[in-house]
Amino acid sequence: MLRIRTFPIVTFALFIILFPWVARIIPGIGHYPDLMIFAGIYCLMTIGLSLLMGYAGQISLGQAAFFGIGAYVSGILTATYGLNPWLGMVIGMIVAALVAVIVGVPSLKLHGHYLAMATLAFGIIVFIIFNEEVELTGGPDGMTGIPVLSLFGFAFDSLEKYYYLVWVFVFAAFIFTINLIQSRSGRALRAIHASQAASNAMGINVPRFKIMVFVYSAILAALAGSLYAHYLNFINPTTFDLFFSIKLLIMIALGGMHEIWGAIIGAFLVTFLSFEWLHFFEEFEVIVYGFILLVVTIFLPHGLVGIPHIIKDWLRR
Amino acid sequence: MNELRTENILEVEDVMMAFGGLTALINLNFQVESGIIKAIIGPNGAGKTTLFNVITGTFPPTEGAIRFKSHLIQNLKAHEISRLGISRTFQTVELFTNMTVLENVMVGCHTRIKSAFIAEGLRLPQIKKKEAQMRDRAMEILKFIGLDDKYSESADSLPLGERKILEIGRALATEPELICLDEPAAGLNETETRAAADLIRRIKERGITVLLVEHDMKVVMDISDHIMVLNYGEKIAEGSPAEVQNDSRVIEAYLGSEEENHASD
Amino acid sequence: MEEFTFTSQLFQYLITGLTVGSIYAMVAIGFNIIYNVTEIINLAQGEFVMLGGLIMVFLHVAAGLPLLLAFPLTVILVTLVGMLLDRLAIRPIRQPSVLTLIIATIAASIIIKGIAMFIWGKDPFDLPAFSGRVPIHFMGAVIQPQYFWVGGFLVATVILLTFFFEKTITGKAMSACADNPDAASLVGINVKHMILLSFALSAAIGAVAGITVTPISLMEYDRGAMLAIKGFGAVVLGGLGSFPGAILGGLIMGTIESFGAGLVHSGYKDAFALIVLLAVLFLKPSGLLGSIEISKIKKF
Repeated sequence: MLRIRTFPIVTFALFIILFPWVARIIPGIGHYPDLMIFAGIYCLMTIGLSLLMGYAGQISLGQAAFFGIGAYVSGILTATYGLNPWLGMVIGMIVAALVAVIVGVPSLKLHGHYLAMATLAFGIIVFIIFNEEVELTGGPDGMTGIPVLSLFGFAFDSLEKYYYLVWVFVFAAFIFTINLIQSRSGRALRAIHASQAASNAMGINVPRFKIMVFVYSAILAALAGSLYAHYLNFINPTTFDLFFSIKLLIMIALGGMHEIWGAIIGAFLVTFLSFEWLHFFEEFEVIVYGFILLVVTIFLPHGLVGIPHIIKDWLRR
Repeated sequence: MNELRTENILEVEDVMMAFGGLTALINLNFQVESGIIKAIIGPNGAGKTTLFNVITGTFPPTEGAIRFKSHLIQNLKAHEISRLGISRTFQTVELFTNMTVLENVMVGCHTRIKSAFIAEGLRLPQIKKKEAQMRDRAMEILKFIGLDDKYSESADSLPLGERKILEIGRALATEPELICLDEPAAGLNETETRAAADLIRRIKERGITVLLVEHDMKVVMDISDHIMVLNYGEKIAEGSPAEVQNDSRVIEAYLGSEEENHASD
Repeated sequence: MEEFTFTSQLFQYLITGLTVGSIYAMVAIGFNIIYNVTEIINLAQGEFVMLGGLIMVFLHVAAGLPLLLAFPLTVILVTLVGMLLDRLAIRPIRQPSVLTLIIATIAASIIIKGIAMFIWGKDPFDLPAFSGRVPIHFMGAVIQPQYFWVGGFLVATVILLTFFFEKTITGKAMSACADNPDAASLVGINVKHMILLSFALSAAIGAVAGITVTPISLMEYDRGAMLAIKGFGAVVLGGLGSFPGAILGGLIMGTIESFGAGLVHSGYKDAFALIVLLAVLFLKPSGLLGSIEISKIKKF
């Protein structure tokens, strides 16, 4: 039965709440809350991607585009036009949703490699646009001067404040998604993954559901992009390239795409690999990523969250 | 509403189905009376599953019309037809193997008990009520088909006989008026076959019309009220079990196909 | 006078387009060979092209081996990489599904690219043209002799492959595998060997493409991804699995890209091929020469 237990969620929430204090005390990890902000931003994306790929069984290799759309819409509306950042964030999500519908309607009719390549091509086209429309986006040099977020005069200008802001969003998205999974829509998505023919026969409007989950993942990615832009106050196109879409894939493959916790675990691990543990390899960390992805695909197709099941099965013998 | 048993729940008019150069159904005309069990039989390749696919909206017929309770449905999509009240099972059992027995049937409740995406995400109180509703409805069906003790097991852990029954249960959850069963007895042993046949009779007792594709002649003769025989996509006979059994064209069609099988020896 | 130069401009774009298109065609042929035998789309296909160019640079330029020796040696080495790809990334997968195979080939391409960056760095490298760089002037266009080498190798590849698949026993065995692997293995064909061979062949063809194109457009470690995507575009344009389709698709793809880059805005050059890919996928996924039945029967 797909009961997602509340106890781990509460424990995790406590961990997140208390972590900045812990980080102040223990030497050497004082900078970890900064990493955790990135982890949270990535979690927003992996949660959506896990629902799309793990539960509904659709492939998207272009999520970086939606991340970028959120970031650039927020950036342009606030830095260039002085709009309220919260409004900019909402508009970013709306734009991402519209783009997702336009791209999704023809793409989600495809399957397998065709769908993967369509989303991949879309992601690269958006990346090229970010690079080429210099007047709008600042081109390869990027865009600076993106303001800080503030609410009723309370500015999220310190690391800790932003940390809690991001994680409030992450938990909201996490719980919303878990609720979806355990409801009629979640079952419909899993049904679509198992058998589209039977889903149709049960009255599930398959194309509509696919679009809905695709749009949902796009909205979350755009939200992540806006939060990213307002954190760094600077964005440039290389953040939103093909390799980032692949990194997201690595996150959910490593964590495990068939369970929502895999999204969290994967995002955390890859964040720490990126910012901390793979420093030794410098730019050759890509080779490590490739190996991780390959090893996971061959030996751990259900990701790290699948390990308890493997152990259980093994003990039964 | 006039609910005489002589009213036709399904009417198939001049239906033709062609795939490229291959014609699977030719000039098909028949009706299904409300409330009966009608079997469609015929040698392999006669077009029976294609007929099911056309009726349930997997693809539209190349030509012709299909009327369900006076709605024209031949151009509707599968999920729309399901909502109108036709449900089906598949020749190759298409269960949702990534879910439990209970969840499979709950998916069947999809069209009758609805909830909105955002309300679900926020887990509003009405969602909890609807979930309970779906759960109760699904358990009721599981009791009806005899699988309620296995509700929490994974669907793919069931033996074939029970999987077929589960698939029927899932189809019943859509509250159909017409249920199309594609070879419900295929691959089953005697006990399982009897259980399936018994279930089909009980479905009829509930007032649901059953359209049945089946190769097991004993089952067909036992439970059907009416039989239609297809060969090479055409209807070659129709009538009560006794009439069809003695129809020379039917005998020839089956013997003829046997001869083909022997000729290649 | 201006009209003349405009036409010659167009002709220039055409020539460049056909040359680039020949490369895409070779990548597409490589895709099709593997796909026909295994139903796998090898997203690392572009890396074979990249390796062909860079290894040739190493052997011919750095190590000073003569062209006639370095060329086949490069092809052999890249072929080995292709075989390693099958053995280490594809064959070990216990429950292959479309998604896991996509991820595996992506992982392989990242690893290969990373290793290439480690060995050769990020700079582009050049190769001496096979027959010099004295340009040929024809109808106002400037044609590098190397263009003819590219086209020539495409033709040679097509001829050799046709001969292989239709006249040799191994080739016919591979075609049989492509048609019906179960029947093929019943008749005694070792399907695993055929798969390995398909990867080897695709890698070899990719290497040839890389070697011949480097004198024209240089080669660097990260060229593989876009080559693979555009090559895939050529594949779907021509019709997945279709040999003549790959050639047609590649040439058309290259020509569209060349005209697009020349006439519109070269910053968006890569976008043209991608838009063609999307257009084909959205409007006619079976491609120009593929059939709808095949595209419905195959899993995707």
